[in-house]
Amino acid sequence: MRRPGFTVYGLLVAFILGSVFPLYWSFLVPSHGNDILTDKIPPLLPGGNFFSNAQQVLDTIPFWHAMLNSVIVSGSVALSVVIFSTLAGFAFAKLRFRGSNVLFALVVVTMAVPTQLGVIPLYMAMSEFGWAGHLQAVIVPNLVSAFGVFWMRQYLADAVPTELIEAARADGCSMIRVFWHVAVPAARPAAAMLGLFTFMQSWNDFLWPLIALDQNNPTIQLALEQLQAGYYVNYALVLAGTTLATIPIFLLFVAVGRQLVAGIMQGAVKG
Amino acid sequence: MTLTQLPVRRPPSAPAVARRARWARVDLKVSPYLYVAPFFVLFAVVGLFPLLYTGYVSLFDWQLGDDTAKFLGAGNYAELLQDPQFWNALVNTVSIFLLSSVPQVIVAVGVAALLNTNLRLRTGFRMGVLVPYVASLVAVGIIFGNLFGVNYGLVNSVLDLVGIGRIDWQADRFASHIAIATMVNWRWTGYNALIVLAAMQAIPPELHEAAMIDGANAWRRFRSVTLPLLRPTITFVVITSTIGGLQIFTEPKLFSAMPGSNTGGSTNQFQTVTLYLYQSAFENLRLGYASAIAWMLFLVIVLAAVGNYFLTRRLSR
Repeated sequence: MRRPGFTVYGLLVAFILGSVFPLYWSFLVPSHGNDILTDKIPPLLPGGNFFSNAQQVLDTIPFWHAMLNSVIVSGSVALSVVIFSTLAGFAFAKLRFRGSNVLFALVVVTMAVPTQLGVIPLYMAMSEFGWAGHLQAVIVPNLVSAFGVFWMRQYLADAVPTELIEAARADGCSMIRVFWHVAVPAARPAAAMLGLFTFMQSWNDFLWPLIALDQNNPTIQLALEQLQAGYYVNYALVLAGTTLATIPIFLLFVAVGRQLVAGIMQGAVKG
Repeated sequence: MTLTQLPVRRPPSAPAVARRARWARVDLKVSPYLYVAPFFVLFAVVGLFPLLYTGYVSLFDWQLGDDTAKFLGAGNYAELLQDPQFWNALVNTVSIFLLSSVPQVIVAVGVAALLNTNLRLRTGFRMGVLVPYVASLVAVGIIFGNLFGVNYGLVNSVLDLVGIGRIDWQADRFASHIAIATMVNWRWTGYNALIVLAAMQAIPPELHEAAMIDGANAWRRFRSVTLPLLRPTITFVVITSTIGGLQIFTEPKLFSAMPGSNTGGSTNQFQTVTLYLYQSAFENLRLGYASAIAWMLFLVIVLAAVGNYFLTRRLSR
């Protein structure tokens, strides 16, 4: 196949520069200070003030506490979604049982249900249990995902040979051992992708944590919003916070971005 | 020596065999249900039930922390249908949604076509278009709130420099919608381009070769071969972005020049339905009314998703 011409590269590079610029800007402003916001032509190279602004963020909001909360919440949600999705996905992909088609259709329909609209009763329930303000209030409502079940089923349908399951059964393996020794090893790549996506999604969540948690025990997104609400004129400070909070996800992206791209593209073809 | 240490294996007795066979049958029959049960049970409790109960709450005048909610029947809905703020929010939501979904799908298809060439550093380019995905919605809201700042925003500085002049991205209704839609487009176009790219690569190359032999030029091949085969994918992208887009909340909330406020601008010029829902429930403490908003929005989303399904089928035929 012929290599594309200069125009294709040019357009793509322009698109990517546009994609990167806002993130770079949120680093550039705190690295100089608020004064560059009034410059006619702002400098394009970073200055040396980022760390002092970052330090000020750490003094202003409970940054580490919020980060830890986000890691706990997103980590538990991702783990739980992966476990339950693999279990159900395995059953839908490989086991024959009465009603499986109807139940799977239900899963697909469920994917389109905007559960976010149920926040009011959910909030009432959380206050009733005394969970409001505690991390379980944002973990428990997200323990399962219809998309996850769908995704794991699609993957396992091809990844696990049915003969292997039948052979294991004939040897007297119980179903749960078949699951553990045959399905789980085969599911690993898809499970990793699902875990990654779920983690990112949960990390981003804003509406429900805003309702269910409070300022004393925030996730990182709430802490950022708090910072903006309190110090919105001090953009160097607010954007330093934004950048600090983005850095870990950016590093994660550098490490697994290749797989993330593959996962999105795989999901598109299978979905 | 070693032989004597092996456990003596007696043939299992007849009842033991029967017991094991029965257990295997039960195991085979029951296991699938046990494996799918956690999903359905948990989803019913934390997903479906709250959504349905929202419908129940919407029939009451229910304050936060209320034990004696007053039954209103359809009262909240009657009020809602006459509430200009609700209609305003609905128009804003649809306007922001259209401004974000239509250009986004078009650009995503274009970027996918660019990525679907024999590029050097292919993976690098694919990762490059996905970079905005690392920014959280709150971060996006804060960054673009700054970029679109009326007095000190970079966008206005540039517009000033090139002679177009400053735009009041906050106060002007349509301008604020463009700014918010830009955040959505910025974050999701690359992501959707990858989805479209995957679909493009699934198109058998023979089809293109055949069209080429028939004398179709690149544009004609794109229009008559690629585009029709992308239809299911584009439908998928449009429907998922409808469901998400009509619930848009974080971006307009963070965009406000009065941070922390839920009004979506001084005259609600960019308040979306979900933002109004939030304001009604957690600022005005009217849970029943907010629930009615939730159900109306649910209805709108269902209608829009179904409508989109037919529309994209027809358009990309």
